[in-house]
Amino acid sequence: MPTLRLTVDGVARKVEIDSRTSLLDALRERLEVTAPKKGCDHGQCGSCTVLLDGRRSLSCLALAVAHEGADVVTASGLGSMDEPHPVQQAFLDHDGYQCGYCTPGQVCSVVGMLEEAAQGHPSHVTSDLDPEALIDLSNDEIRERMSGNLCRCGAYAGILDAVRQVHAEAGNGTGGAR
Amino acid sequence: MKELTYVRATSAAEAVEAVTDDPRAQYLGGGTNLTDHLKLGITTPEVLVDVSRLPLDTVEDTGTGLRIGAAVRNSDLAAHPVVRSDFPALSRALLAGASGQIRNQATTAGNLLQRTRCVYFQDPTTPCNKREPGSGCSAIEGYGRYNAVLGASEACVAVHPSDMAVAMSALDAQVVVLGAEGERRIPLEDLHRLPGHHPERDTTLAHGELITAVELSRSGAARTSTYEKARDRASYAFALVSVAAALELDGDRVADVRIAWGGAAHKPWRARTAEDLLRDGPLDEQRVRDAAAEELRAAATGPDSDYKVAMLTGITARALVRLSEATS
Ligand SMILES: Cc1cc2nc3c(=O)[nH]c(=O)nc-3n(C[C@H](O)[C@H](O)[C@H](O)COP(=O)(O)OP(=O)(O)OC[C@H]3O[C@@H](n4cnc5c(N)ncnc54)[C@H](O)[C@@H]3O)c2cc1C
Ligand code: SF4
Ligand code: FES
Ligand code: FES
Repeated sequence: MPTLRLTVDGVARKVEIDSRTSLLDALRERLEVTAPKKGCDHGQCGSCTVLLDGRRSLSCLALAVAHEGADVVTASGLGSMDEPHPVQQAFLDHDGYQCGYCTPGQVCSVVGMLEEAAQGHPSHVTSDLDPEALIDLSNDEIRERMSGNLCRCGAYAGILDAVRQVHAEAGNGTGGAR
Repeated sequence: MKELTYVRATSAAEAVEAVTDDPRAQYLGGGTNLTDHLKLGITTPEVLVDVSRLPLDTVEDTGTGLRIGAAVRNSDLAAHPVVRSDFPALSRALLAGASGQIRNQATTAGNLLQRTRCVYFQDPTTPCNKREPGSGCSAIEGYGRYNAVLGASEACVAVHPSDMAVAMSALDAQVVVLGAEGERRIPLEDLHRLPGHHPERDTTLAHGELITAVELSRSGAARTSTYEKARDRASYAFALVSVAAALELDGDRVADVRIAWGGAAHKPWRARTAEDLLRDGPLDEQRVRDAAAEELRAAATGPDSDYKVAMLTGITARALVRLSEATS
């Protein structure tokens, strides 16, 4: 069986895995990193979202062996109970969850999404594709950019407010960096 | 289950050799479709040759157009400044597809070669000629809302799911392919095939042929192009139908027009009959509707899918009228 080396939440990890293992299963079942959740296992819900080499990605659709040497950051790696990441704090402040199952994925997705917006990436609802145009993160923009994360509890209103808060705190900058 | 061997290719030539010589080998891109198919048992390769790390991850401006590497991620392609300014239909199509996470992972080649989302194809407990040739087609008598309305066969009525491919079809893209015999170029329009008697074959590629790039040529029409998609919810859903349209007007006469449809057929459907009817005449909503209706005369629909005819007509009219208003 191939040996997989990863950096997970800042810690170097090593594990033997079957080549068919998804990154999500490698994290949860083999490395006991349980922040990313298995909602659908088919790319349809976003609860398994992690930052993979800095970009938000679905760990259930990533083949673990293909990410040898990768840097993986999960919601646990973003912050702690004592020192939450600004995005985690904002979810607390605005009730951006109910059962909490989708939350680790939501949080990682927000961090990645704000970074994409800061880099000027357009979205489906961006009216002007002009590369020079600044991205105005309106509510519609936030909803569209977060559409890959479902919440069965329907905490969307709180999640939207949380994103607004982080975006405002960061002076409309990235909000991604601590 | 046999052990699956994973190989990270170090060159395109090495990758081609590895897959061509081994019928059980398959390429791996971002893995967003293939990983799922491994889990579902839809595909059972014994060797995966990872081509996502090959140095095919750049978008090169060739002066006359763009050469898009096969491993460029969908999100990077959508955000590329030249794609946004000179080929907006491509940005729009990519941004209308999947989610932010999936676009970060998916590659250009993987997106083109993603397989149908036909619900029966994805359910190995049901008959499906595409998954298991000769087993029958569950969709013909089954749930028909997503079925093809053009170019389907008695063997398969599935549609191709890619948004990006529809835009590339309208933009007259060329696909650069490397095989054991060397390199060849295929017009994107000829990459995917209609199902006929062999729905198990999505494309005209031979086993082992590797997509290395997609080439686009600049044109007035490409600069004034767009993509519109109708779906069951506002985001994160495959197309019911979609249109990629490109338009160049000379005064109020149509100098150049390109129309491609998604959700209509087993491949991106280039609406050449409609284009011919519109070229050299004025552009208004009724003319577009008439041209689309002519293209759709060959449509074969059932009670679940006949809405697609009206929807394709309407969405095409809306896209072209908006483009004409933007240019004049
Ligand atoms: C929930 C969900 C929603 C989605 N919504 C949409 C949508 O709305 N619109 C849309 O267009 N797509 C959508 N997708 C599909 C997504 O776009 C595809 O999964 C993705 O583009 C595939 O790219 P990949 O690089 O991950 O391919 P992979 O999964 O790695 O590969 C796909 C196929 O391509 C082959 N391949 C890969 N690279 C090469 C190469 N260089 N040469 C030859 N063969 C190669 C592989 O062998 C495999 O057969 C959605 C997916 C999910 C899970
Ligand atoms: S439409 Fe095609 S893919 Fe769907 S069940 Fe029939 S043969 Fe299979
Ligand atoms: S578990 Fe990965 S998207 Fe649902
Ligand atoms: S908080 Fe329960 S699923 Fe989102």
